[in-house]
Amino acid sequence: MSSTETTTPTTPWTTGTAAGTAGGPRGRIGDSPVRPDGVGKVQGWFAFSSDMSIDGMLHGATLRSPHPSARIVSIDIAPALAISGVECVLTAADVPGSNAYGLIAQDQPVFAHDVVRYQGEPIAAVAADHIETARRALAAIVVEYELMEPLTDPELAIDGSHPPLHPDGNVFRHQEVIAGDPDIEGDVQVEGTYEIGMQDQAFLGLESALAIADPDGAGVELFVATQWLHEDRKQLAHCLGMPEEKIRLTLGGVGGAFGGREDLSLQVHTALLSLKTGRPVRVHYSREESFFGHVHRHPAKIWMRHHADHNGRLLKVESRMVFDGGAYASTSHAVLFNGITHAQGPYKCDNAVVDGWAVRTNNPPCGAMRGFGVVQACFAHESQMDKLAAACEIDPIELRLLNAMETGDMLITGQVVDSVAPVARCINETVALPMPPEATAADDDMWLPGGAGRTADRSNIKRGVGYGVSIKNLMYSEGFDDYSTARCRLEDGMVTLKFATAEVGQGFVTIAGQIARTILGVDEVTLEPIDTTIGSSGSTSASRQTWMSGGAVDMACRTVREKFFEQVGEHHGVDPLALVIDGTDIVEPESGLRIPVAEASAGLLIDETVEYRHRPTIEPDRKGQGNSHVAFAFVAHRAVVDVDPELGLVRVVQIATAQDVGVALNPLSVVGQIEGGIAQGLGLAVMEEILVQDGLIRNPSFTDYLLPTFLDAPDVQISLVEEYEPQAPLGAKGVGEPPCISVTPAIVAAIRDATGKDLTRVPVRPQDICL
Amino acid sequence: MTDSPDAALPSNQYFRLHVNGADHDVADAWIGESLLFVLRERLGFPAAKGACEQGECGSCSVMVDGDLVCSCLVLAASAVGRDIVTVEGLSPDGELTDVQRAFIDAGAVQCGFCTPGLIASVHDLLDRNVDPDEIEIREALSGNICRCTGYGRIVSAVQLAARTRLDGPIGGAGA
Repeated sequence: MSSTETTTPTTPWTTGTAAGTAGGPRGRIGDSPVRPDGVGKVQGWFAFSSDMSIDGMLHGATLRSPHPSARIVSIDIAPALAISGVECVLTAADVPGSNAYGLIAQDQPVFAHDVVRYQGEPIAAVAADHIETARRALAAIVVEYELMEPLTDPELAIDGSHPPLHPDGNVFRHQEVIAGDPDIEGDVQVEGTYEIGMQDQAFLGLESALAIADPDGAGVELFVATQWLHEDRKQLAHCLGMPEEKIRLTLGGVGGAFGGREDLSLQVHTALLSLKTGRPVRVHYSREESFFGHVHRHPAKIWMRHHADHNGRLLKVESRMVFDGGAYASTSHAVLFNGITHAQGPYKCDNAVVDGWAVRTNNPPCGAMRGFGVVQACFAHESQMDKLAAACEIDPIELRLLNAMETGDMLITGQVVDSVAPVARCINETVALPMPPEATAADDDMWLPGGAGRTADRSNIKRGVGYGVSIKNLMYSEGFDDYSTARCRLEDGMVTLKFATAEVGQGFVTIAGQIARTILGVDEVTLEPIDTTIGSSGSTSASRQTWMSGGAVDMACRTVREKFFEQVGEHHGVDPLALVIDGTDIVEPESGLRIPVAEASAGLLIDETVEYRHRPTIEPDRKGQGNSHVAFAFVAHRAVVDVDPELGLVRVVQIATAQDVGVALNPLSVVGQIEGGIAQGLGLAVMEEILVQDGLIRNPSFTDYLLPTFLDAPDVQISLVEEYEPQAPLGAKGVGEPPCISVTPAIVAAIRDATGKDLTRVPVRPQDICL
Repeated sequence: MTDSPDAALPSNQYFRLHVNGADHDVADAWIGESLLFVLRERLGFPAAKGACEQGECGSCSVMVDGDLVCSCLVLAASAVGRDIVTVEGLSPDGELTDVQRAFIDAGAVQCGFCTPGLIASVHDLLDRNVDPDEIEIREALSGNICRCTGYGRIVSAVQLAARTRLDGPIGGAGA
């Protein structure tokens, strides 16, 4: 799958062993070996998609709508084509296949042709000899618009008062969850309306891709940073009007993802520019363009009413959830379903009435981001649990323990939680983690809220403590045929693994090697390029790759081992079923046979490809009932904050967390996921929001979209709750999403504790505290 | 940037940059190209990354005459005659520096996009301050954004590197 050029872009994993080239220790399951891509990343030669280049390459750029809602009257590309160095200008008329794509519903145009439905919607693409030439060409394209009033209030999409923005209508999904007795009333009732702002994934590695059209123009090769190569290929084939087998995708190094690379962005544009020009084309977004070029976390408005008895036992949850999906569907259907089915949180609750809406507006399109609908629901249900505790005059921790879900409990969807469900243990272990020392006058002023601004007066600072607990589904839901493919080859003591699992930073490449070393007793594991020459591994999302691709690699290695043992057994006259791997040896305990794997596999070649599937799920019925989720993970967070009530500034001092991880296959990687997720949840709590006004993004830059820095990140105290998950192939649950879910309500609860303010909206802004 | 449709790029600039101890000729560059662009696209030094183009994230950090700078904010042509050091120049022999070793061992690397910029910043910090305390580390690195790690393992890596410089290598890290 190389191109005809001699300067084919390098791919990050073609060489080296899973143990790295730096002489790091050999890691098995449960160890924390160094990353196989670590040396390349610290030395700077690891090839991210934006680092790829090839001789004769053109640079692509995308013209985007400045308006959130407008009719396109005319597009004149002639002035752009007249610029020296411009090779090609594409519009909707140049899309050979379907001019519509999308993960769930294919409603999003590759290029807008009649109307634009959000600010930043692509209208044309240019390829030129220099990126600056391409940008000048964009500026030369003349688009005449007839402006329309944007629909920006989701309620107007629900009530039908606004004409459809799209032939598919303004409601992506309306789904209820009705459980038990919908009319039952609790002696104690608390209610509230909560708002969650639009968060950006803000992965550091900007969208980029390099396309190389086949010389005959009948196929194309694409190097791209994505979360799911095969889904990209499927959608590309649809839009390019080309069979999937003519499209080859290789993962370019991915600089973070967090859900923002699940949808197509520049894939079709880049491929099409290369096909039209017959030359390699690279497209590389700027940071500003990235804010317009990918979907965001859904802003949501959630009303909840909790019913309980006087003792605080939860009786019923009522909720209405409205998720603003923006202009196109993306994954809104699934995000909404996650939100409404997690309305109860990690608590026992028999009765529920939940009404969920995901709607179309002229706001920026929203889709997957780490936590996927559950982040929004959790901010609401955890705020409610604190209210309920206050109303029942019970300690918030006691209330949560009283209601804590256990294995065997039935969810409001009728599904029984048969995952390990150590909710009470997560809460207790979080509470038991050490509190931070009290602030003293001897502390550096940099630790105060406001930090380097040195605006805080220490005597004014109020400290607060708050808690949050969450439940998160793992893997895809609602009947999706979710599988992962892996290939294992054992040859002369060397193991080679092949999979299409997108490594986005989470470290799957590390644990893949750990699994192979553990199962097959080898030191050397080579990872082949991550591309579409093998079957799909599904998406790197939904906390699913450790379970799914880990399961596939495990199964492939076990299948190889079985054949290996058969051959060894035959050769040595022992029962293959009695053979085991002990370190790097094959052992038959009965006879005392012990042979190094390297020796026993000399001259052998065993090569197996497998598909791993989790158990099937089903689509829910009209009332949201059914076994629609696969499995669940749980986590608790405690936040300690210092607040300057006069200036409205917050410093998150410490987060303590106990997370249900199944077993930690690589403890250091798990810690990295937990700390990283907490920082993102902190961002949503107190800093991060895409500000949208009349459908226009006001802060599309890292100057104005505030991300947590080293000085904002808290001390993190972690307890890994390890209880082997029997359903999971390796006993390990996904650990990516849970860290960023209940940390947000925990921080807000701590700010409420410090200030006495209601705080029903995240991010909490200075004016929410001080005014 | 001009909106003039017929403004082809003037690209007849020639200058020479001193990068990682050697002179590099830059021919036919557009005068508006940043040092980051020229290092990456013309001179084959891809370690410095572009992630914000505003000097907010530190991914493009390099040393210019001994000062840590965001190369996205420096015009390449203005760096003529300066001594430029990129992450590629930290260890010309290909060996890992103590800071690079510590990043790998401490689990400070996830997606890795911010990593070269951080490596540059941490070298700058430890060259100025051999024994920084935690707040000094956090303040010195607060111009480098990392979206994956939450910074915990990076702080740990800096402390490990500092300890190694002070006390000599300690065994067993990273296992």
